[in-house]
Amino acid sequence: MSRVLPPGLPHDEELDAPRPAGAPAPHPPARADHRAPARPEARTAAAARARRRHLIRRSLIIAALSLLALVFAYPFVWLVSASFKPRGEVFDNRLIPETFTWDNYVQVWQAAPLALWLWNTLLVTVLAATTVTLSSAMVAWGFAYFRFRGRGALFGVVLATMMLPGAVTMIPTFLIWNALGFVGTLVPLWAQNIFGSAFYVFLLRQFMLGLPREFFEAARVDGASNWDLFWRIALPLSKPALAVTFVFEVQAVWTDLMRALIYLRDSADYTLPRGLKSLVDAFGFGGEWHWELIVTASVIATVPMIIVFFVAQRQIIHGISAGGVKG
Amino acid sequence: MTAPPVVAASAAPPVDRERGRRRARRRNLGSALLFLSPWLVGFAVFTAWPLIYSVYLSLTDYDVINDPNFVGADNYVELFSDPKVALALGNTLFFTIVQVPLYVLVSLLLALLLNRAGRSAGVFRTVFFLPKMTPPVAVGILFLLLFNGQNGLFNTVLGWFGIDGPSWTTDAAWVKPGLIIMSLWTVGASVIILLAALQAVPDELYDSAKLDGAGFWRQSFSITVPMISPALFFIVVVNTIAGLQTFDEAYTAFFGAGNTTYSNDAALFYVIYLFQQAFEFLHMGYASAMAWVLFALIMVVTAIQILVSRRVVYYEGDDRT
Repeated sequence: MSRVLPPGLPHDEELDAPRPAGAPAPHPPARADHRAPARPEARTAAAARARRRHLIRRSLIIAALSLLALVFAYPFVWLVSASFKPRGEVFDNRLIPETFTWDNYVQVWQAAPLALWLWNTLLVTVLAATTVTLSSAMVAWGFAYFRFRGRGALFGVVLATMMLPGAVTMIPTFLIWNALGFVGTLVPLWAQNIFGSAFYVFLLRQFMLGLPREFFEAARVDGASNWDLFWRIALPLSKPALAVTFVFEVQAVWTDLMRALIYLRDSADYTLPRGLKSLVDAFGFGGEWHWELIVTASVIATVPMIIVFFVAQRQIIHGISAGGVKG
Repeated sequence: MTAPPVVAASAAPPVDRERGRRRARRRNLGSALLFLSPWLVGFAVFTAWPLIYSVYLSLTDYDVINDPNFVGADNYVELFSDPKVALALGNTLFFTIVQVPLYVLVSLLLALLLNRAGRSAGVFRTVFFLPKMTPPVAVGILFLLLFNGQNGLFNTVLGWFGIDGPSWTTDAAWVKPGLIIMSLWTVGASVIILLAALQAVPDELYDSAKLDGAGFWRQSFSITVPMISPALFFIVVVNTIAGLQTFDEAYTAFFGAGNTTYSNDAALFYVIYLFQQAFEFLHMGYASAMAWVLFALIMVVTAIQILVSRRVVYYEGDDRT
């Protein structure tokens, strides 16, 4: 933050408190910039000018951001607001409904097995995120702690699978689940996660490599087994990275449409994205034009994700910035 | 370097020590494999076998019910003369080529502003990230509503400026531009990656630039952008790969059961056509061939990007610039 200010200028916090004329500059002369004019009066005048310029610039940036934030927030607010509008008014652009009604929520609950879809989604999401976190952590630990021949090459294979487009393995994977008799159930939506996922193995291995090796050597001397090292030391120490993995997978599974389209047959088994799509087909394209119900169901499918975001905001942001810089 | 402890060395005869070490290494490998076993099994069953089988399927006719019927390279030959494949490929390339630069530009602009916003950045960051948490199906629905030709919000706003907006959801020429604009709404994750990169740029660089009288834009383009070019490159590559596999939003808005109103070639992206071939028409062999063509395309595009990046991306401590 201080980067915006030329060196030697007061920071934001100090800008608020007016300094009496003639009072000593907040920074001791030793830290003053070599470019500062010799005479103190000229220096304060220049500083005041720079401060004013800085304030104007900061206000302009905040104004621009506010405008953009409005653009980004609008679709959300509109979506939520539309879910409270009666059928005929859904398409108006008002943010505050002219006629406020809870009716859509009652109706969509009756028109579609939303509670069931919500339950299915929750079940799949929790199972998928828990298993992928635990198994990816195990594999990551295998790569981070043990030294064995071929480790680098094997880890290279893990990284290479990250580049593979899903479309290439999609059809044979479907055939596997089909042969096992699981098509039409929720199993294919989460069970593959038991084997971990390359991206999370990468993420967690990076984190585990940073854990101090002395901890493990000390525990080893005390007679801890490999499993103890992993389960009782590495896992608890990796909590931040595990949280990131869990939240990422929650987001990915909660919003996944394609797998649900491929594997789910019966509307009772639908997850929310699949159910939402079926509502679009039935009430939108099906000629019934009940968009207020589709909008309301969208709100119901989105709100849990928003809650997850607010609860785990810090983890999500840290996880993303860590992943990006390393990539 | 300290001399090896003489006592220990002479206590264990060299043969025994060698054998012991070998045994320890074997034990080590054994425990490692135990920890790696979930991934090893998953890789064999859900990656290696599918890859091999997918190559085989791409050389067959297969409808799930009857056994695969070997047809050689027929699928690939047919694929290159299928006008719908050409259409889907064209749509996808158009979407990606236009969307990725815009996406990067918008996320860069937002990140630059956020980086100068001081304490209020946190609030704005949250607002910009939220769309990323919206299920893509819901984004597709929002697209249909906000870009509605008659009274959608987007055209209403354009109307304030005296612009008569097109019918984004039904006019073939405007479907993709509309989807691209809508996709810019979900730049949140890229913004955060860029913001993290921006905050890692050392202050001294800006201080000396200011000494030379460089203004905001000059500083942005001479210091900021080169310094964060690795993060920019990462975003370009990841979004290109994602763009070439666009599915959810367009499928929600334009395809699916009962959709006769909007069914629209303008939104037929490559993975949508692949999905239809595989799971609606049950042309599993043909779809497998399509998947391999997509794979090749992604490889080529990524390789080109890496080659270009060698000239453009600046890594600290590297003289190549």
